[in-house]
Amino acid sequence: MSKLAEVDYNQYLRVHKLPTTWCAGCGDGAIMKSLIRALDELQLPRDETAIISGIGCSGRFSGYLDYNTLHVTHGRPLAFATGMKMAHPKGKIIVVSGDGDSLAIGGNHFIHACRRNIDLTLIIINNYTYGLTGGQVSPSTPLDSSSPTAPYGSIEPTFDTCKVAMAAGASFVSRTVVASPLHMDKMIKAGLSHSGFSVVEVMSNCHINWGRKNEYAAAADLIKHLKDRSTFSAEESEADGKHLLGILRQDAEMKEYATTYYQMVEAVQAKMAEKKGA
Amino acid sequence: MPGQIYALTGNQIVARAAIDVGCRFYAGYPISPSSEIAAEMAKALPKVGGAFIQMEDEIASMAAIIGASLTGKKSMTATSGPGFSLKQENLGFACMTEVPCVVVNVMRNGPSTGMPTFPGQGDLMQAKWGTHGDHPIIVLAPAYHREIYDETIRAFNLSEKYRQPVVLLSDETLAQMSGRLEIPDKSELIVINRETPKVGPKEYKPFDQSQGLVPPLASFFEGYRFHVTGLTHDDTGFPTENTTIAEQLLSRMRRKLTENLDDILKWEDYLVDDADILIVSLGSASRSALQAINEARESDGIKVGMFRPITLWPFPEEALKKAARNAKRIIVVEMNEGQMALEVERILHRTIETVLRYNGQMISPDEILNRIKSYESCEAAKV
Ligand SMILES: Cc1ncc(C[n+]2csc(CCOP(=O)(O)OP(=O)(O)O)c2C)c(N)n1
Repeated sequence: MSKLAEVDYNQYLRVHKLPTTWCAGCGDGAIMKSLIRALDELQLPRDETAIISGIGCSGRFSGYLDYNTLHVTHGRPLAFATGMKMAHPKGKIIVVSGDGDSLAIGGNHFIHACRRNIDLTLIIINNYTYGLTGGQVSPSTPLDSSSPTAPYGSIEPTFDTCKVAMAAGASFVSRTVVASPLHMDKMIKAGLSHSGFSVVEVMSNCHINWGRKNEYAAAADLIKHLKDRSTFSAEESEADGKHLLGILRQDAEMKEYATTYYQMVEAVQAKMAEKKGA
Repeated sequence: MPGQIYALTGNQIVARAAIDVGCRFYAGYPISPSSEIAAEMAKALPKVGGAFIQMEDEIASMAAIIGASLTGKKSMTATSGPGFSLKQENLGFACMTEVPCVVVNVMRNGPSTGMPTFPGQGDLMQAKWGTHGDHPIIVLAPAYHREIYDETIRAFNLSEKYRQPVVLLSDETLAQMSGRLEIPDKSELIVINRETPKVGPKEYKPFDQSQGLVPPLASFFEGYRFHVTGLTHDDTGFPTENTTIAEQLLSRMRRKLTENLDDILKWEDYLVDDADILIVSLGSASRSALQAINEARESDGIKVGMFRPITLWPFPEEALKKAARNAKRIIVVEMNEGQMALEVERILHRTIETVLRYNGQMISPDEILNRIKSYESCEAAKV
């Protein structure tokens, strides 16, 4: 059996900002460690990398990592990231966002970042709920879940994040689950290595604000449940709605937005120079 | 050396000045009567190697210019009422994180969708208080074509100098009307760029109070690796719940402006010295007022003058008091239900009269002239 890469995590963390604000056993910690392992393996130049997060428990990611970091308004990290990428196309920009942040309030920015296929990596931490505000229904809360805003069971149909991303035009789309750290490492690494818009959805556990109200009050039980609710088989996923894991799309040929823009800039300037010369 | 002379609309002038002062990033979303600014920037930015992007909405546009500005690029967005409303949350983020940027609001008649292609001046208070929480803001309100050029330059300069979003308030009339503009020679331009840190990354604190009211701002991707958050933060930029630090932060942000009023405030006194009647007006409405004043003086021998704020917020209080010192009557002329009148009344503590219009029509010089001449009715016309 393969093992997790051994990494000096502290080297990538702002250790003086620890401990995190996250509850014991929260998936956010495991995902942050997975991201660090991917960053360590890829050795992305620190000063050329930025991490941007929105608001929510997941929004706290940016504060703990020793990179150029930006903690923005709820739902908007992709819009800030788009501006930053266009102003500094060499930069590697990673966006970390909750399911509420990226699919509800930030849903518009999500589909348009996919459509542009702009070179950003979006890690969506899908914990089935609005963690920070107390477990309200999000666009990915399972039907019939109990929640403060669905006391009689949620009637909200859910988004399949990855299908939305693919339909909207993202060139890299993948899903993983916090129960499988090795797979998580692989997916995050693949997402970061892709040039174009890459979406990595991580199914994660909020045992406190979703789990407690839905019979998975212990982190371990919820993580096991998430694993049971996930599959690598497309048929199984179709048949009973399990979360389909793996790289669902990877297209290196698709035009990337910032590159296309700056090619246009070069062409415009070449024409100007030509005119001057003539 | 005189520069070249052009016939340009107010919107074209904004774009021209932005490029001249070094704006290299624009994000926007189409809306009348501001759209030509985006079109001009889309054309001009590639020529100077800058980036233009039409975002999915105004919320995203505001976010994008902040993200871009953090890389060190001067950034701008332009919009009108409905879009200005959408920008407010992120405008507050820029105030709180002290990220320089320029937001142009070409006012149209509101509220809501209102009259998209008709002028209004209904966003004066929104420009000051539109985002939640106490926050510093600089708002500039030009009235003439050359002034649109100069104030756009100044908007960027103040924004860079004070690490502060600056709102440029134009309106439908100014934006769409063509005017003669002599563009100053490049050598005459004053261009201010944000102060960058003198210390290395290890010592750098992005909100360091000991650096004065405006701590230097490093750019992303230059080795500083600092943190920026909309949460209340300490000198290092990281969140804090310390109430003393929270108060210090807000006080410093306020004092950035209140202790630099000499530099920030700008206004025009027009024939105020001997004026029995002082008109207070701004933007395109003040052009009608100007005509009325000249007529009143020439035809009727009535001594009328005008005080016109060019920096609208912070409001030039002391200058207004001085201009109003000898005036027997004060008449506020504006295209709204009396927003600036409230401020004038607050500052002068006296009864003021108004000439207001909020139906999408310009205020005509005649309306103002009638008010000037109607001594009798002035009691009835109190705000
Ligand atoms: C404009 C705005 N609306 C609402 C909120 C309140 N709020 C803070 S976090 C949050 C939801 C977070 O849920 P999610 O994005 O799923 O992240 P998680 O906390 O689960 O990581 C909400 C609604 C806010 N901060 N800003």
